Amino acid sequence: MLVVENVDVNYGAIRALVDVSLEVHEGEIVALIGANGAGKSTTLRSISGLVKPNKGRILFEGSELQKCPPHKVVEMGISQVPEGRRVFPLMTVLENLEMGAFTRKDRANIKDDIDKVFAKFPRLEERKKQPAGTLSGGEQQMLAIGRALMSKPKIMLMDEPSMGLAPMLVQEIFNIVKEINQSGTTILLVEQNARMALAVANRGYVLETGQVVISGAAADLAKNEAVQKAYLGV
Amino acid sequence: MGLLDGLLPAYYESILITVGIYIILALGLNLITGVTGQLNLGHAAYMCIGAYTSAIMSMHYGMPFIVAILAGGLLAAAFGVVIGYPTLRLTGDYLAICTLGFGEILKSVLYNVPAVGGAMGLAGIPPKTTLTIVFIVMIIVIISMVRVESSRFGRALVAIREDEIAAECNGINATKYKLQMFSLGCFIAGIGGALWAHKIMVLQPRDFGFLKSIEILNMVVLGGLGSIPGTILGATVLTSIPEILRFSSEYRMLLYGALLVAMMIFRPHGLMGGVSFNSIAKRGMRWLKPGDKPDDKPGQKGMGG
Repeated sequence: MLVVENVDVNYGAIRALVDVSLEVHEGEIVALIGANGAGKSTTLRSISGLVKPNKGRILFEGSELQKCPPHKVVEMGISQVPEGRRVFPLMTVLENLEMGAFTRKDRANIKDDIDKVFAKFPRLEERKKQPAGTLSGGEQQMLAIGRALMSKPKIMLMDEPSMGLAPMLVQEIFNIVKEINQSGTTILLVEQNARMALAVANRGYVLETGQVVISGAAADLAKNEAVQKAYLGV
Repeated sequence: MGLLDGLLPAYYESILITVGIYIILALGLNLITGVTGQLNLGHAAYMCIGAYTSAIMSMHYGMPFIVAILAGGLLAAAFGVVIGYPTLRLTGDYLAICTLGFGEILKSVLYNVPAVGGAMGLAGIPPKTTLTIVFIVMIIVIISMVRVESSRFGRALVAIREDEIAAECNGINATKYKLQMFSLGCFIAGIGGALWAHKIMVLQPRDFGFLKSIEILNMVVLGGLGSIPGTILGATVLTSIPEILRFSSEYRMLLYGALLVAMMIFRPHGLMGGVSFNSIAKRGMRWLKPGDKPDDKPGQKGMGG
């Protein structure tokens, strides 16, 4: 479904990604784990068009993405839950969700989909008229996920959804990730919380200084000694 | 035509015309800086383009006033596209400095082009701006701005102001919308400039410098960035205060400055920050019919699947 082929990204003289290749198949949850600065977010950003790769190709359902601007990428069915949530702080919860549906042509169904998001996140419904900036971190994360769902994506890119959240909320967010996947959305998940990420994912890739060093089934990665030592703190 | 003209003593009529023109100019800047959050320190430059273009149209080509006004607006919009295309990629301070730079360049160019009078300026522009015309144009601009605010386009602009990256992640083509918005704002500035030219009848490059841009920006900031009623109020207050303070003669600008500082201390979000015509209407409805909230949706929510 999504193929990243030999992608290089340079920020000036700094090589953020070196020859990164990965694949996401339809229906999967794929986890991208690694330390700070390993290139996880850069990988997502190059898929969503926020940074342009210097080399390599990115294919989504057969068409090339690497030259598409971000809004075109969304139209193709890829939506991103950006790092740090990035809700629109002065817009209400409801308006944030409506912004998520910006690219959709089927205006009539949007209301139903907002109700679906509210069914998934009842807390958002309670606060639908509140400015998003006044929500707690966990609620903002839910809103960011809900907003990304509003574009009816085929695949969702999630950048550190557990960042800065209390442990109980982290569990809740990962349950939601699983639920969204079960209802038919493919997920590419970037996480520092490797243990949780590998617990929900089907497959995983480990990034180190811009390169994919290990990849495989999530269960195997969780058992891999090197991974355990470096990322799971065993 | 002419319904409103001559009803008031000439002095008041002239002040009202000035207020109307500044409301138009400030609404254009409010779209750029208030709604979309792109700090523009060169708004007077686009006003200047509109003023000179329309003046030349009516003086040298004898065009009807409406054609001259539209030509001024269109040329200002065209410059908006040319300047906006490279500079709107910048954000914050960088954009501000570029817009400021353009304003100063334009001024220097006009000083040195004899065809438009150079430093002497253009004189003898026919006094075609009347209160009625200004009032009509102002109403059209206000209505279009209110419509923009509640449109899909307007929502996209607010999203860009709130978080440009998040806006792009939601499928908003930020570059395109910013450019369209900027040229629309410049178009309005050009129209305001055209009306201005045909009111004061003499144009000089130095009238359109940095200070003029800041004067208009003050109105938007004082009224409340992004608020249309606020911008109208800000433009009205700041245009009339110097007149009201005339009794204090040489202390006039001192008081004006002190007033600005005081307003920013006590109302940092502007006089009407966050207030729109829509929210005023809603509040009015609630006040008229207590217990009846018109914006609440009736019925149960549908079950998600």
